[in-house]
Amino acid sequence: MNNRISFSRIRESRLFWVLTAWAVILGFNALFVPEFFRIGIQDGHLYGNLIDVLNNGAPLMLVAIGMTLVIATGGVDLSVGAVMAISAAMGAVLINPAPGDKLVSNEILTRNATNTPLAIIVIATLAAGTLCGLWNGLLVSRAKIQPLVATLILMVAGRGIAQLISNGQIITIYYTPYFWFGNGYILGLPVSIYIVAAVAILAWVGVRKTPIGLFIEAVGLNPKATYYSGISAKNIQLLAYTFSGFCSALAGLILSSYVHSADGNNNGLNYELDAILAVVMGGTMLSGGRFSLLASVLGAIVIWTFTLSMYALGVPANALLAGRAVLVLLVILLYSDRRLIKRRSKNNQAAVQSQDEKPSLPHP
Amino acid sequence: MADPQNLITVSGVSKAFPGVIALEGVEFTLRKGEIHALMGENGAGKSTLIKILTGVEQPDTGRIELENSAISIRSPQHAQDLGISTVYQEINLCTNISVAENIMLGHEPRRFGGIHWKKLNELARQALARLGIELDVTQPLGIYSIAIQQMVAIARALAIASAKVLILDEPTSSLDANETARLFAVMRSLKQAGIGIVFVTHFLDQVYEIVDRVTILRNGRFVGSFEIAALSRVELVAKMLGRVVDELQALAHDKDNSAQQTDNNQLIKASGLGLRGALEPLDLTVGVGEVLGIAGLLGSGRTELASLLFGIATPDSGSLVIDGQPVTRFSPQALIKRGVALCPEDRKAEGIVGELSIRENIILGLQGRYGWFKFIGRQKQTEIAEKYIKLLGIRTPSPDQLVKNLSGGNQQKVILARWLVTQPRLLILDEPTRGIDVGAKAEIQKLVLELVKDGMSIVFISSELEEVVRISDRIVVLRDHAKVAEYDHAVSDRTLMQTMAGEA
Repeated sequence: MNNRISFSRIRESRLFWVLTAWAVILGFNALFVPEFFRIGIQDGHLYGNLIDVLNNGAPLMLVAIGMTLVIATGGVDLSVGAVMAISAAMGAVLINPAPGDKLVSNEILTRNATNTPLAIIVIATLAAGTLCGLWNGLLVSRAKIQPLVATLILMVAGRGIAQLISNGQIITIYYTPYFWFGNGYILGLPVSIYIVAAVAILAWVGVRKTPIGLFIEAVGLNPKATYYSGISAKNIQLLAYTFSGFCSALAGLILSSYVHSADGNNNGLNYELDAILAVVMGGTMLSGGRFSLLASVLGAIVIWTFTLSMYALGVPANALLAGRAVLVLLVILLYSDRRLIKRRSKNNQAAVQSQDEKPSLPHP
Repeated sequence: MADPQNLITVSGVSKAFPGVIALEGVEFTLRKGEIHALMGENGAGKSTLIKILTGVEQPDTGRIELENSAISIRSPQHAQDLGISTVYQEINLCTNISVAENIMLGHEPRRFGGIHWKKLNELARQALARLGIELDVTQPLGIYSIAIQQMVAIARALAIASAKVLILDEPTSSLDANETARLFAVMRSLKQAGIGIVFVTHFLDQVYEIVDRVTILRNGRFVGSFEIAALSRVELVAKMLGRVVDELQALAHDKDNSAQQTDNNQLIKASGLGLRGALEPLDLTVGVGEVLGIAGLLGSGRTELASLLFGIATPDSGSLVIDGQPVTRFSPQALIKRGVALCPEDRKAEGIVGELSIRENIILGLQGRYGWFKFIGRQKQTEIAEKYIKLLGIRTPSPDQLVKNLSGGNQQKVILARWLVTQPRLLILDEPTRGIDVGAKAEIQKLVLELVKDGMSIVFISSELEEVVRISDRIVVLRDHAKVAEYDHAVSDRTLMQTMAGEA
């Protein structure tokens, strides 16, 4: 966005810390698990850990994009994981040739066929998630419920709704065209990463080439002053939560496509926490305000690079959570250190402020 | 040198921040039982000196003595332990916990390993009683007015330490006349008790009313310390500004000219406009190109009136007509579309978005009016911002500077710019000059008069009567949430004051 580049600018940039974190993890891998970087070609497409980071991380990147806007308005969306489960269940049920509790033979269930055209499945899936987001947005902006509580409702209820849709079953998907979103490749790269890129660009244009980005930041920083400037904070919030719902739905679609199944209890489990972590790593304050979509996406990439690095190191899956806790701790420390630096320079600025009647004020 | 009456002696103190010298060779002596004003324009170095005295900043050079022995004040906590208590301009108390807890926070009396609530409340009540205030200390602080909160902050400063020195950083900027008088009574009794008080203020009247001596700073340099009795007002102002001020006199002259131009073409007509509990129904008109002054004490309903005119609150009686068209929907958005703009009283909370740049703050109003789809491009934004930075003389190195880094006067100009960009027809200014130095005050007053010449209508709310009288064509006086009188601009301060106080 800025033409001028200087070192302090780079250091203050939201991208700096998240890129540093990524570099540290990659550096560690270069020393201890060099095979992490191996990229090969199989069936005409690329494969390897780095490609997996993009493909497996795609749902989290999408959720993080939506979460960024919500957090920037000063809120939070805890329901993203549950919304993923809802949209995954929606997709699976529409594919399933035998919906409901009808007695069907195994042969029918495992057929590579669908009950509903793929386009309708995608639209219905996305609509379901978007509707969930709209619901959150209405609770927060119109009913004035605190975001934490408002989205907690759907976080808890959402998994129930997902189970209701899938009739309490884990639905395995056999319809191969549906697998394209999570397993397909275009020009050697996973389809999912194109989807992420498309959504990220769409979101970036949507907020930075319109006033919406400024309004979101203003609402997050000082809602009252924003209201007094004639800007409807309500509609801005509604938009952010609805968009977050849309992103979660897309993430749910990709995830269920990747794992070939919809499980109301486990699809998108803990995604809300990972997404919040990704956004925080991207330098967006939990209190709202300035945000960077790219930095949040990078945050998601860091989380998945870390996860897959642990796998590559041979850390068992059930010990991974502990490893991730270490990552969280490190990030929080980095973050609070940054706050310290900020506070220090703030003090200086405050003093500068008392001097700003002087004409020759150097840029602090 | 070693005068036993000396409480604090600061000599040769300098402090530099990257790129700026905030203080240079400052001298300052506070004696026991004196009230000592610290004066200077915004940016003179008052806050830096106070930060050094309270341990927030460490001086680069120089010596600080407390009761004639050299000390270094390591932290705000350390300052308190030494007996230096401070009440800051921005009240830093917690509004969501009780008054008593605020006063005793960190010093709660304990019993059986828990807090002795009864004693805590009693101690808090006593602390307030010393200031002559009685209130329900178990209520959350937030339900009380800013003025009461200020008193609570003072009570806290005095209660938690055996204070020898009390620093009051602009304590009166949000107090009305009665409350100020009450605060002064408290200050006098503290003075009797031998406490030294450092009093930072912009109000000259108050300085002459209560202060014994004054120390003046300008651009971080020490100008001098004076016995107040030996210093005339003009000399004081001249020393603060480092120049002779005749801008204010020139203004009064301007006013006489513009007063003649107002033939009343009504822009705003409010009839029976009121809101239960906030404002008794009142009639009000504002002509095109007219300044309507609103005078009234804090809590007289002046801010409530501004809220109604700007649509923040919806009236439950009467009607508001703008340019012949009645207002049906009350919201800032709707009223902004009708050409109304408000510079709110609480600049920090309701005006600026501190973490955004000057450019973004200025553009916010116009962009809000344009809505989501008509985007003002980055280049156009910078153009607009630069134009208004120049026009209003906002002192900043760049339009991308964050607004929180500006001084109060410049922040106020940014909010003014935000509205001027939208070319409003009615501009409501609620205490636009509060907490602003003399120079910036004159600039803002001058600007108001220029805008009026261009046909803008202005509602000017201020607690400084002199200012209201100087600028306004007509003055409406509010008292106890009701309109009590309306005067033309020839009214005297004294009459106004009596009307406001209900003596006339």
